[in-house]
Amino acid sequence: MATDLDDLTYDPNRKLKVVGTNPIKADGVDKVTGRAKFGADTYLPGTLVGKILRSPHAHAIIKSIDISEAEKIPGVKAVVTRDDFPDLKPGPMRDISVICMARDKVFYDGHQVAAVAATSEKAAKAALKVIKVEYVVLPHVIDVMDAIKPDAPILHEDLRTKGLDDAPDKPTNIIQRAEWSMGDVEKGFAEAYLIVEREFDTKPMHQGYIEPQGCMANTTEDGQIELWCCTQAHFVYRSRLAAILEMDISKIRVTVSELGGGFGGKTNFYAEPLAIVLSRKANRPVKMVLTRNEVFRATGPVAGTHSRIKIGVTKDGKFTAAECEAYFQTGPFTGSAFANAPQAIFTRYDLENVRAWGFEVACNRPKVAAFRAPCVPQIVFGVEGVVDEIARKLKMDPIELRLKNAAVEGYKTIYGDTFGPVGFVETLEAAKAHPHYSAPLGPNQGRGIGCGFWFNRGGETTASLNITPDGSVNLMLGNPDVAGSRVSISMMAAEELGISVDKVRPIIGDTSSLGYNHSTVGSRVTFSAGMAIVQSARAAIKVLCQRAAIMWDVPEDHVVFEDGYVRPASTNVGDFEPLSIADIAKKAGTTGGAIAGHAEINAKGAGPGFGVHIVDVEVDKETGGVQVVRYTVVEDAGKAIHPLQVEGQFQGGAVQGLGWALNEEYIYDENGCMENPGFLDYRVPVCSDVPMIDTVIIEVPNPRHPYGLRGVGEVPVVPTLATIANAIGDAIGTRPRSLPMSPPKVLKLIEQVAENGVDEAYVA
Amino acid sequence: MAKNHITTTINGDEYEFLCDTEQTLLDCLRDELFMTGTKEGCASGDCGACNVMLDGQLVCSCLVLGVEADGKSVETIEGMAHGDKLHPLQQKFLELNGLQCGICTPGILIAAKALLDRNPDPTETEIRYWLAGNLCRCTGYDKVVRSVQAAAEEMRKG
Amino acid sequence: MDDLRYEAPGTLEAAVALLAGEKGEARVMAGGTDVLVLLHGDIIEPDLLVDIKNIPELNGITQENGGWRVGAATNCMDIVDHQEFSAAWPGVIDGVKLIGSIQVKGRASIGGNLANASPGADTVPAIMAAGATATVFGPKGQREVPVEDIAIAPGKTSLAKGEIIVSFFFPPRPPHSGGAYLRFTPRTEMDIAVVGVGIDLTLDDGGTCQAARVVLGAVAARALLVDEAAATLIGTAVDDDALANLAAAASAACRPIDDKRGTKEFRVKVAAVLARRTALIALQRAKQS
Repeated sequence: MATDLDDLTYDPNRKLKVVGTNPIKADGVDKVTGRAKFGADTYLPGTLVGKILRSPHAHAIIKSIDISEAEKIPGVKAVVTRDDFPDLKPGPMRDISVICMARDKVFYDGHQVAAVAATSEKAAKAALKVIKVEYVVLPHVIDVMDAIKPDAPILHEDLRTKGLDDAPDKPTNIIQRAEWSMGDVEKGFAEAYLIVEREFDTKPMHQGYIEPQGCMANTTEDGQIELWCCTQAHFVYRSRLAAILEMDISKIRVTVSELGGGFGGKTNFYAEPLAIVLSRKANRPVKMVLTRNEVFRATGPVAGTHSRIKIGVTKDGKFTAAECEAYFQTGPFTGSAFANAPQAIFTRYDLENVRAWGFEVACNRPKVAAFRAPCVPQIVFGVEGVVDEIARKLKMDPIELRLKNAAVEGYKTIYGDTFGPVGFVETLEAAKAHPHYSAPLGPNQGRGIGCGFWFNRGGETTASLNITPDGSVNLMLGNPDVAGSRVSISMMAAEELGISVDKVRPIIGDTSSLGYNHSTVGSRVTFSAGMAIVQSARAAIKVLCQRAAIMWDVPEDHVVFEDGYVRPASTNVGDFEPLSIADIAKKAGTTGGAIAGHAEINAKGAGPGFGVHIVDVEVDKETGGVQVVRYTVVEDAGKAIHPLQVEGQFQGGAVQGLGWALNEEYIYDENGCMENPGFLDYRVPVCSDVPMIDTVIIEVPNPRHPYGLRGVGEVPVVPTLATIANAIGDAIGTRPRSLPMSPPKVLKLIEQVAENGVDEAYVA
Repeated sequence: MAKNHITTTINGDEYEFLCDTEQTLLDCLRDELFMTGTKEGCASGDCGACNVMLDGQLVCSCLVLGVEADGKSVETIEGMAHGDKLHPLQQKFLELNGLQCGICTPGILIAAKALLDRNPDPTETEIRYWLAGNLCRCTGYDKVVRSVQAAAEEMRKG
Repeated sequence: MDDLRYEAPGTLEAAVALLAGEKGEARVMAGGTDVLVLLHGDIIEPDLLVDIKNIPELNGITQENGGWRVGAATNCMDIVDHQEFSAAWPGVIDGVKLIGSIQVKGRASIGGNLANASPGADTVPAIMAAGATATVFGPKGQREVPVEDIAIAPGKTSLAKGEIIVSFFFPPRPPHSGGAYLRFTPRTEMDIAVVGVGIDLTLDDGGTCQAARVVLGAVAARALLVDEAAATLIGTAVDDDALANLAAAASAACRPIDDKRGTKEFRVKVAAVLARRTALIALQRAKQS
């Protein structure tokens, strides 16, 4: 059956040959041989080494900066400070500029204050040592609840809280308040048989990508800038660089390297503008690679939070109302994406009455950057704990309780969208039926269930598909590949064209090669760029048909495309052998020129994703040590284009959450300086810490994508913190309410139980 | 400023280079010899992205000075394949999705090869503890371990 | 700025001469897994690195007079792979196995671990419990030092300028002897010990403990050899009562700090738990030997 080229909706009856298989990804061979080039892997003749001087203080006024001694050091070719950057008017671009180069104040230990380009690292480091910065040290504040206290040190004297009706006219660290609500929570709580209300706190953590940021800037005498860097967001970088350097966007060309992990953290730049300005000053390429110490001290972490969650329920387990008040650390400026939380944390339950509001709070830490599902897992940590408590108190099976309240198609969300077909019920049922759920537990073991939701995004995406003279295909994509989007998109192109995926070679284009693309965020790329490539492929197919018609000298609408071949629409048209793409491509020069298709879209119709996790832990009751002994992730992918890639996303998200849940946190000394800026004491999970992660891919196709897919990158992290906490609660008889659940904290809880008995909810 | 003159064998070939005393073997491989397959993740021996073999010992090249490699033999990821034939580990990592972003992959492959050369039939636990010095943030380690197991099985078949 | 110098002498005398004669700061380097981290973290700025790995006396594992001599620079993987030494001193191997990762163990050494003088070092409680002695060589010649007298405070040793730890001697083992080392870490690997316990004990033919050494790591400025804790085991069958006394003595001996790896309170509690667990393993090994 010929594809209806204009119908982009999902067709369940379509027979698929490529989508759903597991081909080796095109970038794979380079990665297993060491050939792949990451952010620090570029070398140009004459390159200078760039190094950054950072504030040793958590909060201070910069009185003066004297670079005269540094400029004299042999080998030093340029030194830059705030004087080399435009002084922008207040707004998001100024905030970004200040993150990259402090102006009046430094706001955190590690804040960038000056930078040097020299012929060797030794010379650059020597120069940093003799840059004289005069600071006036100020009191600092880090914890979010400390930062909102009336006597807290203030970061911005002129800051007044946005979003508060009667914002007091005095300095504050509360940047803004945002609220989402629907229905009538007062009424809902009044109708409740049982109300559970709890408070939770979480510490900030870091995305923990193994590749530190690395870039190379090369500027020309006529103002052009070439930038190579590892990033999730090269088009966004280009726009922002142009803004903070006050220059034309088109004069900046950003080429992405392979990305050694980002998880949201590489959507903001730190070194790039400094490398550019140094390169301009020195008239030579400048390479800047951050050290691990710098990555931890000064790149965007994940917000620490404090939240209060309240849920009401009827006697037979129907939720009547839900409320959340939460505080989010953002660092010195706004931009934490905290607004995700009110919109996402309860969304999966069939609630009519919801009120959720959050506060974004300034504090003396690096500016928060996105992580998977920004600002949501740390609040779901509380929500799923309250749900767990409700299940126990009602003596209901925890999955049954969630099934009873599961939102389905037609549910109108708090953020305004109405659910199309969604897979929450299916994931719950699959979790319930999974052998893990009914497996017996050993001594000192506990089991937890948790679930979560993520919107998944669409957004601005451009792509092009070129059919080469021999019929093989090149794709030009505009979104850095964080984990396999290139191969999934190539598979969709191959499926559309009826060719083997081996014939499709994708590249990620630089910013001069394509129209604007929004960043690789929001679990949007396989969906959006996939959509753009499908549209590009179909446009190319239309051209192929036109060319075949020319070759056969028949009207255009007398030919159809099917399974990689153009053939006559019927025998009436003539006795023509079907033409392969290669046949048509070979003649392209005589039939009208090169054959291609492209698309510039604002992808819509991304379908929400849901996940349910089952975790077993074993607790050493004498030390508080926790081992995760079994982990199952059940998640709806809509349609798994490349099932092994999808599984990999589930597993990776689960283990990131595991680290966040058990051991990862920033530790500060009394001066507000980070004590653990390295992988020794910032404890990400190692291979021996985790079991195999079982995965179940649920497929409730998204009807608004030709291949039915939903993003899968972020959902896997959302339930993890809560699920592990629920498991620990099950093992010890009290549910932790503070992250991370490190051994000393768990041991304290165990001692509490020994003294006071298990929590009421855990009484059998 | 006098640099040190180092002669070393890398993946079977002799190389000479100049380096400062402070430069690690990792720095030298990358910045002096442009062999960028070996990666820096932490420069403190905690992440394993910089793994190489030094005289047959699995080491973090960020914890070895370039000068210490003089007269020694180094094996890096660039030498793992034989011509255009990938090592079974490389092949299995590709087939089983044992890598996502790929930054940790060279280090993990070097470490895994060192394990299988020493113990051709490791248990899951042995694999996990051997690879504890190789951080991966993308995969959650599941498919890394499965790829090593599959490669080990293939290599045992001969 | 003067360049950092590197020397790799082939003899003890040459190494000592370099170290003693250096006007600036000289650092001994064996595996480099501590020194290079300190160097590249800009925590130390030596003028001279003296690489001692080429000195024959510092390498190798050999039997000597019924005991074992281990070169101070012998790398941990070689020690772990040495079947006979491992069989003789499993408690020491417990500690050696826990240093860093496989990669770090490929370079790190017991000499380096001791000389670095971190209170949380993993081999130190084990070799102290074993009653090992260090052979030290310096400008004034050679001397033998019980290993517990080497580290005096974080980052500080009792070694004089120019002195190097050459090797360790592990004494002959009486029958029915066994040792063990356990540590508490939040992850399974790669962490610095929050608390470490090394215990070595010898039973008589009737199963009564006649000698014991109990060492606590990471709970004071250096590893502590706790006689009071050993006393709780001596003369007993290492039964539950003895173990309870051991646990209490271990907690009582702790002089910990709050730091990024643990709190005082937590360390004191866990020292008790680990002491009991370590003693049980040592007991088991003593019974089997």
